[in-house]
Amino acid sequence: MGKLPLRARLATTVAGAAGRVSRLSGRGDGSVIGGVVGLRMEPDLLRLLAADRQIVLVTATNGKTTTTRLTAAALGALGQEVASNAFGANMEAGLASALGRAPNAPFAVLEVDERYLPAMIETTRPKVVALLNLSRDQMDRAAEIWLVARRWREVLGRHPEVHVVANADDPLIAWAAGGAERVTWVAAGQRWHEDSWCCPECGSHLQRDDLGWRCGECNFARPATRWVLDGESVVDAGGRVRELSLALPGRANRSNAVVALAVADFFGVDMDQALPRLREVTSVAGRYTRLERRGRMLRLLLAKNPAGWLEAFDVLEPAPAPVLLAVNAQGPDGKDTSWLWDVDYRVLRGRPVLVTGERRLDLAVRLEADQIDFTLAEDIDDAVDRVPPGGLDVVANYTAFQQIRTTLGRAQ
Amino acid sequence: MTNPRHRAPGPADPGPAGEPAAPSRPGRRRRGSSHLRLVWVYPDLLSTYGDRGNLLVLERRARLRGIDAEAVSVNADEPVPRTGDIYLMGGGEDLPQILAARRLRADGGLAAAARGGAVVFAVCAGYQVLGSEFGGTEGEPVAGLEILDVRSGRGERRGVGEIVADVDPELGVPRLTGFENHQGVTMLGPAVRPLARVTTGVGNGDGTEGAYAGKVLGTYLHGPALVRNPGLADLLLTWAAGPLPPLDPGEEEWARRLREERLAAVPG
Repeated sequence: MGKLPLRARLATTVAGAAGRVSRLSGRGDGSVIGGVVGLRMEPDLLRLLAADRQIVLVTATNGKTTTTRLTAAALGALGQEVASNAFGANMEAGLASALGRAPNAPFAVLEVDERYLPAMIETTRPKVVALLNLSRDQMDRAAEIWLVARRWREVLGRHPEVHVVANADDPLIAWAAGGAERVTWVAAGQRWHEDSWCCPECGSHLQRDDLGWRCGECNFARPATRWVLDGESVVDAGGRVRELSLALPGRANRSNAVVALAVADFFGVDMDQALPRLREVTSVAGRYTRLERRGRMLRLLLAKNPAGWLEAFDVLEPAPAPVLLAVNAQGPDGKDTSWLWDVDYRVLRGRPVLVTGERRLDLAVRLEADQIDFTLAEDIDDAVDRVPPGGLDVVANYTAFQQIRTTLGRAQ
Repeated sequence: MTNPRHRAPGPADPGPAGEPAAPSRPGRRRRGSSHLRLVWVYPDLLSTYGDRGNLLVLERRARLRGIDAEAVSVNADEPVPRTGDIYLMGGGEDLPQILAARRLRADGGLAAAARGGAVVFAVCAGYQVLGSEFGGTEGEPVAGLEILDVRSGRGERRGVGEIVADVDPELGVPRLTGFENHQGVTMLGPAVRPLARVTTGVGNGDGTEGAYAGKVLGTYLHGPALVRNPGLADLLLTWAAGPLPPLDPGEEEWARRLREERLAAVPG
């Protein structure tokens, strides 16, 4: 921090104080307000705080918070402090706040909102950008996802010094990363294909087979990969195979872990050093947390869009374990609930299904269409009272998830 | 507002509940009155906003009337069958929309089916594709299918949010509630009528919403428009299968509550 100009130093100090006030007053976790205050005093704060650090930016529709956490854990093997916005505050203020809290950290792993990636690349001048996946999400406030990919492609074209780690299995990601000079391609998988049937390059129909995807008309095709997620294992660039054995559940998290390993490798952290650290991560900003409530063991799964719900259904306790679905449609969730119809709920047959959240009637009509019996619950405690003692998996979108966490006492 | 009745085009009115279903009329349906073929056109390209919902609602409401509904999904690399009873087209981003229009023009199946009297229900990007032209990635005109006498271009701002509109009284369908998210502006030609008048939202951009002619109907209410508007779903089923018996109110309870909640949530 010694090298920061006076005004930036002052802004950082005040920002830290604002964050502490926010935490102490119980208004929030302080990760946004501090940055907002600091940026108002010094609009150039983020650039100044980012200078002379080795920065990794992580973005995606799904998995960016978890991948950020896993990457930061892996880089911990370097034995130096790693700054990170671990709580998902992923716009300019959140990034400034994370860096301000760790003024001497030589490394930073920062999650970035998809729409802010171009601006954050310009401001923080990262060493590495990790791109995981792009799919439909909160379409009422985001631009079309092809336009998001095009902006990524353009900004990466302007910054040939940035090294990109990208998921080759997602055609939109491959196209966006194709703008970069240096790319480490990762076969991280893609469960959700419904937003990538069109060639992002020429607009023709993409063809898919066991080997990947390619355009039927132009030369655009899946790049050859150096890192591979193969079932429960990772294969690194040298062909070494390791069991992932993560504490975090599901295919999506194995995919996130392989990207984290490839990023860590760029900084010289060997897979065998990084993996034990990844296995220690058991919950991420409340996600996957298990907590007890009135004799039931709850597990919280955050899923915000169709691709995310698909991944969440993958990790549910087997039937007949009950599941609670919670949906809101506030600003951060997207005010449009149409996406609920893109999810296939038939996998939930054979278990008790409860629905809650401000838009539970949307869920009710949706489940009725898939001929799934359900029970309406007023809130999390009403739901808990309606299931027998034992486990209850909770799948919730963003503000529904936060409301439930608040009710349950912000337990980690 | 329960059990809204729908007038089929022409003089046929639904008989009172309990009366045996009218004998099937000659026409498109070759397999008798109890079979409907639903064709979902290009879900790989035009299905960005939960468009599957429309198919599921039509299937369910047909099934509850004892009509056997067979749903067929046709991807953009497959021919569009000409023998469907109801065709559905959803919303999509610019590139998929342009590709869909190109493929459908080359294929010819959808236009042939529409000429032959099939029901077509198209949403958002799909609605635009039915017209003579629509705006491409940079706003340039792209040729549509000319099934519906409308022409679309790109507006100044995106219309995003809840939309409420009062349906042409000719159709006997209750007020529409839905969500729209588009930058399109659509001009209606003389051969179509507006589907509805907007009370909240943007719609076509001139105070009207959607368009219909014969049994072809397009709307900017995107994604699962029929979920919140079962009356519109029943209109399409009536066009295809003739008069429908009313449903047991218990079968409509959740849709009715959702509809009321959404209409109450919109000011005005």
